[in-house]
Amino acid sequence: MAEYKNLFTQTTVVGPGEVGVALPPGNSQRRLKKPKFNYWLAKLGNGQLGPFYLGKLGFWSIACGVIAFEIIGLNMLASVNWSPVQFVRQLFWLGLEPPPPQYGLSIPPMHDGGWWLLAGFFLTTSIMLWWLRIYRRARALRMGTHVAWAFAAAIWLYLVLGFIRPVLMGSWSEAVPFGIFPHLDWTAAFSIRYGNLFYNPFHMLSIVFLYGSVLLFGMHGATILAVSRYGGEREIEQIVDRGTASERAALFWRWTMGFNATMESVHRWAWWFAVLCPLTGGIGILLSGTVVDNWYLWAVKHGVAPAYPSTGVVDPAR
Amino acid sequence: MNRTRKTFQYTMLLLLALGVAACDLPPMDSEQQGFRGTGMAQIDNPEDVERVANANQPSAPLPAAPVVPGPKAGEIYQNVQVLGDLGVAEFIGLMTAITQWVSPEQGCNYCHNPANLAEDSVYTKVVARRMLEMTRHINVDWTDHVADTGVTCYTCHRGKPVPDYIWFKGNELKDTSGIAASRMGQNLASPSVGYSSLPYDPFTALLNTPGANAKVRSGTALPTGETASMGKTESTYALMIHMSESLGVNCTYCHNSRAFREWDQSTPARVTAWHGLEMARSLNIDYLEPLQPVYPASRLGPTGDAPKLNCSTCHQGVNKPLYGINDLENFPALSAYLFDQKTEQDSLLAYIEQSEQLASKTTDTD
Repeated sequence: MAEYKNLFTQTTVVGPGEVGVALPPGNSQRRLKKPKFNYWLAKLGNGQLGPFYLGKLGFWSIACGVIAFEIIGLNMLASVNWSPVQFVRQLFWLGLEPPPPQYGLSIPPMHDGGWWLLAGFFLTTSIMLWWLRIYRRARALRMGTHVAWAFAAAIWLYLVLGFIRPVLMGSWSEAVPFGIFPHLDWTAAFSIRYGNLFYNPFHMLSIVFLYGSVLLFGMHGATILAVSRYGGEREIEQIVDRGTASERAALFWRWTMGFNATMESVHRWAWWFAVLCPLTGGIGILLSGTVVDNWYLWAVKHGVAPAYPSTGVVDPAR
Repeated sequence: MNRTRKTFQYTMLLLLALGVAACDLPPMDSEQQGFRGTGMAQIDNPEDVERVANANQPSAPLPAAPVVPGPKAGEIYQNVQVLGDLGVAEFIGLMTAITQWVSPEQGCNYCHNPANLAEDSVYTKVVARRMLEMTRHINVDWTDHVADTGVTCYTCHRGKPVPDYIWFKGNELKDTSGIAASRMGQNLASPSVGYSSLPYDPFTALLNTPGANAKVRSGTALPTGETASMGKTESTYALMIHMSESLGVNCTYCHNSRAFREWDQSTPARVTAWHGLEMARSLNIDYLEPLQPVYPASRLGPTGDAPKLNCSTCHQGVNKPLYGINDLENFPALSAYLFDQKTEQDSLLAYIEQSEQLASKTTDTD
């Protein structure tokens, strides 16, 4: 019996390159490269590379992304006085900071946050164009637009952090810096400033959906792999014509937890868990500083935080 | 093929070694510090404990400066401004101890002109006099921080004329001026803040500015209009990392990390630490920064400021400097005022004025 195999088994599917469907009128027919086959890619997924649809949206999205990347990178290089050695050594530490608080929402000088604003503009434009591209390509293939809306959920969190919340707070200085460690240190400082994000109920929900996504992904992946010997990885076929793989998977979960998803609904669960993670997280960030200033005290007020015996220590400043 | 596989394996092994090179190997020692379930524990790496202990050995015990009746130092010697009320034997004993603590290799002449010991011609003598006053000020007025343990010259100096852990403004890698983005005082792997990318000089704002306050969190659940910016939060965070690194302790040594702000959930150590921040700020402002005109250029920082102290200067990786062992009880003159403080400060101001006049005169004749 023929089996589909990959990195975890032994064989690779090789066939003539799939060039894709003819596009409806109004679409660019420019598609970069003829299909190629890559041995190493086939270890992970489908071995076919290309053709790649670029189009106007794709081109401008990549162009804006490159500009943002260059602004950030060159400013990082300048921040170590153009030393290539220090740039490599300290790369993870380097950053591009938003304007300091005194500028509010006005446009600051280039050296004092202007580059941050410009990089943010180009990065946001790039992301928005990429979103449109994803939406349009899905439509062109007469697919649903689920991928675009899931991506939009991530864009929501990105916009809350870098644009919506700073605007509501009246200062660009409230936004996240660019940079590996700088944005991580910012995140920790944010939680400290707003009295511990773990007491923020939307942060709690976000964590539920994050870990929930991981759990669902693990359960689903494991189930399908476990029934792939019966053709279970052909999920779409199994949705339409429920075969023995689907029956066994369903029975397994009914035996072990009394309830099971269907071949279709499990993907809706996964989609909603993934989408709700940044959606709820974004709400939690948006409320910090605008509506709630200290999440710990908020949690005490609403009976969420447990009380521990007082240590008897008093503020020496009083 | 075999060779490629070998190369691949060795490369992976090397990458793995590099990847975990900065990790501490278990086991760690853990000691509960707070209420059960709060995760307030002090985590120590036994290897580090030994290394830090070796680096923080007390000075060789010195004989007590004998307090015996007899003539006072101020009556016998000239220009003894701070210790004039000591007996001659006690005075000499203390001078010998200071030499051991601060300049054991350089000897008396590090501060004194051997031809005339009374003369203030060597700048280090003027600095040392002010440091004596500072030591006394710490031991008398800052017992909230140093308790009865107190400090001696050795607490910071450790047998070196310039203590290992001091700080200057602008002492970091140069960035680019002009149109390029300012680093805004952060985003470098800086040892002063535990190699985080947090602001590398939280000291100027929080330990060298009168009335500075590290508080960033609000005392109300809902906003009241008073907001500490993210920038100020990062500065405070940086200072806290500096404290943690300087004392070799976790956040939970002082705080219940679920609510850093709440005093009634903190340990008593937080109160001691709070007084320590107040003390460090006061010493920098009142004692160290004003010495700036006294130092030669080689002792000043890149922006021309005087060397200053922070938590590391005394603590050097230990929550109690030198594990609380020092010779202070042998040198009571370091923990009591013998003269009026105001006179002491006036004499420093007079000295600075005098030397400035002298300097301007020299320039005139040139």
